[in-house]
Amino acid sequence: MSRVGSVISGARERLGWRKESAEAKEERFYRAGQWQLVWWRFRRHKLAQAAAVVLAIFYIIAAFAEFLSPHDPLYRYKQFAACPPTGIYMRDLSGRFRAPFVYQVVRTRDPETMRPIYKANAEVTAPIKLFVHGSRYRLWGLFDCDLHLFGTEDPETAPLFLLGTDSVGRDVLSRIFFGGRISLTVGLIGVAVSFVLGLILGGISGYFGGAIDEVIQRIIDVLISLPTIPLWMSLAAALPQNWPQLRIYFATTIILSILGWTGLARVVRGKLLSMREEDFVLAARLDGESEWRIITAYMLPGFASYIIVSLTGSLPGMILGETALSFLGIGLRPPTISWGVMLQDAQDIMAVAQLPWVLSPVAFVITAVLMFNFLGDGLRDAADPYAM
Amino acid sequence: MASYIVKRIIRMIPQVFLISILAFIIIQLPPGDYLTEHLNRLRQSGRQQDEVEIRRWVQMYGLDRPMYEQYLKWITNIVFRLDFGYTFQWNKSVREVIASRMGYTLAIALFSAVFTWVVALPIGIFVAVKQYSIADYFFTLLGFIGLAVPGFLLAMVVMYVSYTQFGVKVGGLFSVEYQLQPWSWAKFVDLLGHIWIPIVILGINGTAGLIRTMRATMLDELRKQYVLVARAKGLSELKVLLRYPVRIAINPFISTIGWLLPWFFSGGTVVEIVLNLPTAGPALWRALMGQDMYLAGSYILISGTLVAIGSLISDILLAVVDPRVRFGSLEGQ
Amino acid sequence: MLGNSVLVEIKNLRTYFHLPEGTVRAVDGVDLTVRRGHTLGVVGESGCGKSVTALSLLRLVPSPGRIEGGEILFYRTVEEAGASSALTDVIDLAKLEPNGREMRSIRGNQISMVFQEPMSALIPVRTVGSQITEVITLHQKVSEAEAREIAADMLARVRLPKPRQALDDYPFQLSGGMRQRAVIAMALCCRPKLLIADEPTTALDVTTEAQILDLMRELQKEFGMAIMYITHNLGVIAEMAEMVAVMYLGKVVELTDVRTLFMSPLHPYTRALLKSIPQLTDAVTRGGKKPRLQTIEGMVPDPYSVLPGCTFHPRCPERIPDVCDRVEPGVSEVAPGHSVKCHLYSSP
Repeated sequence: MSRVGSVISGARERLGWRKESAEAKEERFYRAGQWQLVWWRFRRHKLAQAAAVVLAIFYIIAAFAEFLSPHDPLYRYKQFAACPPTGIYMRDLSGRFRAPFVYQVVRTRDPETMRPIYKANAEVTAPIKLFVHGSRYRLWGLFDCDLHLFGTEDPETAPLFLLGTDSVGRDVLSRIFFGGRISLTVGLIGVAVSFVLGLILGGISGYFGGAIDEVIQRIIDVLISLPTIPLWMSLAAALPQNWPQLRIYFATTIILSILGWTGLARVVRGKLLSMREEDFVLAARLDGESEWRIITAYMLPGFASYIIVSLTGSLPGMILGETALSFLGIGLRPPTISWGVMLQDAQDIMAVAQLPWVLSPVAFVITAVLMFNFLGDGLRDAADPYAM
Repeated sequence: MASYIVKRIIRMIPQVFLISILAFIIIQLPPGDYLTEHLNRLRQSGRQQDEVEIRRWVQMYGLDRPMYEQYLKWITNIVFRLDFGYTFQWNKSVREVIASRMGYTLAIALFSAVFTWVVALPIGIFVAVKQYSIADYFFTLLGFIGLAVPGFLLAMVVMYVSYTQFGVKVGGLFSVEYQLQPWSWAKFVDLLGHIWIPIVILGINGTAGLIRTMRATMLDELRKQYVLVARAKGLSELKVLLRYPVRIAINPFISTIGWLLPWFFSGGTVVEIVLNLPTAGPALWRALMGQDMYLAGSYILISGTLVAIGSLISDILLAVVDPRVRFGSLEGQ
Repeated sequence: MLGNSVLVEIKNLRTYFHLPEGTVRAVDGVDLTVRRGHTLGVVGESGCGKSVTALSLLRLVPSPGRIEGGEILFYRTVEEAGASSALTDVIDLAKLEPNGREMRSIRGNQISMVFQEPMSALIPVRTVGSQITEVITLHQKVSEAEAREIAADMLARVRLPKPRQALDDYPFQLSGGMRQRAVIAMALCCRPKLLIADEPTTALDVTTEAQILDLMRELQKEFGMAIMYITHNLGVIAEMAEMVAVMYLGKVVELTDVRTLFMSPLHPYTRALLKSIPQLTDAVTRGGKKPRLQTIEGMVPDPYSVLPGCTFHPRCPERIPDVCDRVEPGVSEVAPGHSVKCHLYSSP
C-alpha cells in the first residue's frame, strides 16, 4: 500500500510541477531558500492567510485606538449609563434615504424598577461623520489631536455607541479598541520573554547535555505538569496593589511567560540534539568552524521556523491567561483597560442580563485566539518545507 | 514491569519536591512576612491580638527562623501531620477548607475526563476513517472553535443564555434547599442536576483537543502496513480498526490522564469561580484576594501532586497497554 | 487442457485510481493464469502495477482505486469425502463485495498474502501469537488453545527457533528475518491454495533472503499451494518461478516459462531488463574488466497520460515508426505458453 501511495504521490508531484509549467520552476524550487519554501507553503493555507489578515486588522486597531475609537474610553456619559447599542438609520421619518445617521437619545426611568430606559427621539437626527472632532488625545504620546475616524458632532445628546455603554456610561466599543492594545500585546511581550528564556535554557540543555540538561528537563516537567491558571493567579496575586499600571502590566506579562518558555526550550533542545548528529554539522566542524559559528550559522537557521511555530502556538494561551486573570481581578486592574478587565463587569449574571452587550469582549477574545490557532496551524505545516 | 513502576515512582520524588518548593515560594511571595501583614490588618480592623497568641504562631511556623528551616517545618508538618497551615479568612485549618472542596474539584475533573474520552474516541476514529468527508471538516472546525473558547467564557455565555432564555440561574452544585442538608438520595439527585454543566463545559475543551490528536494518530497508523495485513487476514473492517490502529491510537488517550488533569485544574479554576461552585478553585481565589497565602500554596502543592500522581497512573497504564514502553524500546523517544 | 489445474484466472483486469489530477491506470487489461501448486513470477519496475494486481486479487485496492472491469476467476475446490476427484466451483472475485462475508472468508484462508516489510507487517503492541491465532480462529472452527497449537506448529515449520516462546514475544523482540518467518507462518496457517508474495525478501539481507526463499519452496511442496511471486529482482525470479509475467505500465508485455525468459526473451522491454542485471560471469569472461551495466533509456512516463500505441514506444530502441506510437499491439502467442505483446512479433 505504501508503494501504491508513493506512486500516486509521485505522480501528483510530477503533475503539480507540470502545472506550474516548466523546468525553470522546478529549478526554482530546488534553489529556493528555506524561507521562500516556507512562504510558498504558507500561501497554500487559505485559512491561515485569512487569519493573518484578521490579526493584522486587530493590531492596527490596537495601534490607532485613539483615532479609531469614537469616544474617550474612560469618559463616563452619566446621562447614558447602561445604554444599549445605538441604532443606525438610513431613512428618516419622511421616508427619505439619507447618509447614515442616529437619533437623539432621551432617557426616562422605569417607574417600578427605576432602571433607565433609552428612547430615540426621531425629531432630532445627527449624521454619522467621518473625521469628526471629539475628545482630545495624544497619539502615541507624541501628537496632540482631537480627530476621530467616525462619530457624531454632539455625543452628549445624540451619541453613537455601536456596542452600547457599560453600567457607568463608558463606550464599550472604544474600550474594546483600547483593551485590545493591552490584551493583544501582553501575548507579544510574553512571547518575547519566553523566546529569550526558551532559547537560552533550551540551548544550554541541548548543547551541554548531562546533569545540567537533566535538571532543566525536570524543571520543565514540573512546570508543564502544573495547572497554569492557578499558578498564574498565585503569582499575580502577590504583585503589590500599589504598583503603577505599567509596572503591573509588565509584571503580568513576565508571569505569563514564566510557563511559556518551556515548550520552546523543548523544541530548541530536541533540534540541537538531533542536529548535532547531522553530517553538515560534522562537515562544518571538520572545516574548523568555531562552535559558536556552528550553532548560529549552521544549526539555528535549520530550526528557526520551528521556533516561530512554537511561539505562535503559545500566544493564544497567554491572551487567555491575561483575560482570565484580569477577569478575576488579580491581573490588571482598572483604570487599565483590557478585555479581561472589561469582563469584570460581566461577573454578575443578573447585571449581564440587563446589559448583555458588555459580553462583547468575549467575541473579540475568541476571534483573536481562533485566528492565532489558524495561523499557528498554517505555520506549523509550512515550517517543514522539505516534507512534501 | 515492577522495576519500571519503581523507577517511575522514584522519578516522581524530585518532581513533587520541586512542586513543594514552588508552593513554598508562593507562600513567601507577598512583600513582608504574612504574619505582620495579618496583624496589621487585624489592627486596622480594630481588633487586638494576644501577644501570647502571636508568639505561638511565630513558633509554630518558625517565622523567626531562616528560610530553609521554615520550609522544613512547613513540609514536615504537611507530610507527618497533614497540617497545611491556617487560613485567617476562614479561621479554620487549611486542611478543613480544602479537603471537602478538593473532592468536588477532583470529581468534576474525573467526570470531565470520562466525558472527553467517551465523546472524543468514537468521533476521532470516525473522522480519521472518513478523512476529508463533510463530517471531517465539520468536526475539525468544531475542534478549532472548541479549543479556542476557554471554559470560563463558555460558562458565562451558558449562564447568560439559560438565565435570559429559560429563566434558570445556572450555578452552584446544589439547589438552595439542599445546600446545608446532610447527604441524602434527593441531595445526590440534585447534585447530578447541577454537576453536569461544569463537566460538559470543561469537557468540551478537552474533547476538541483529543479529537485532533486521535485523528492525527489514527491517520498515521492507518497508513501502516499492518492494517493492510490485518485486512488480508479476512477480518471485518470494524475488527481491523479496533484491533490494530485503534490499539496504538489509544496511547495518547491514556497519556491524556497526565495532561487532562492539569488542564481541568487550570481551566476549571476560573469555570468554578464563574459558576460559583463549592470547589477548590473559588477557595483559591478568595484566598488570593485576601493574600491568604497558606491556602494558596497548599492548593498549588495539592493540585501539583495530584497531577504528578495522575501522570504516574497514566504512565503505568501506558506500560500495561504498550509493551514497547514496558520493555524500554521507546526509550529516548 | 485447462481443466482442474487452473487455480486463478485473471482476465482483462483493469484497476484505476481516480485522483483529482486525473486517472491512473495502475492495472490496464491484465491477463494472468496461476496453476495449482505452481509459481507464477511477476516482474517489473516499481509502479508497473504488479502490487496493485495482487491487491486487486484480494480486493484490497486502497481508495480511490477501483476495479473498473475484467474478471478474477477463482477455481475453488469443494472437497467431498471419499470422492476421488474434487469438484471445482468457479467464483469471480471481481464481482464480490470487497468487504463482504464471502470475500473475507477467502482472504487469509484460501488466498493469503505476505508483504514487503516484515518490520511493519505486525503491530508492535500485540504478541506474535495473538496476531497469528487470530487468523486461525477466524477461519477454522477451533478453540483458542487449539489455535495456539496450530500456530506453534506452523512457527516450527517455518523454523523459528523456540516457536512456543515466540508466541508470547512481541514483534520488536524478533529480528527482521524471524519476523518475516512469523509473517509467512501467519499466511500459511490456514493452508491457503494461493500465497501471494509481494517482494517478501526485499527488506532482508542476502543470506536471510536465500533462507526465506528455500523455506517458501519447501513449504510449497509440502502444502501443494500455488505462489504468485511479485518482485523486481530477476535473480529471485530465476530461483522461484516456473512461469513469469513481465509487466510494464499496467500491462503484461511478455508471459513465458522461466527458461525461455532468460534464454530467449522477446519483448524489447524484457531484453532491456535482463541487460540491466549485473552478472558475475561477465566480469570473469572479460578478464576482470567491469562491463558497463545497461540502463533503460528514459523515465517511466507520467501515469496520468494515456499513450497512443504501445506504452513502451518512447523508450523502445526497436520501435517501428508510425506503428508502435499509433497502434496498440495485440498479444501474439509465438510458441505454446509464450506470448508477447509487441508489434515486432505480431503476425500480419
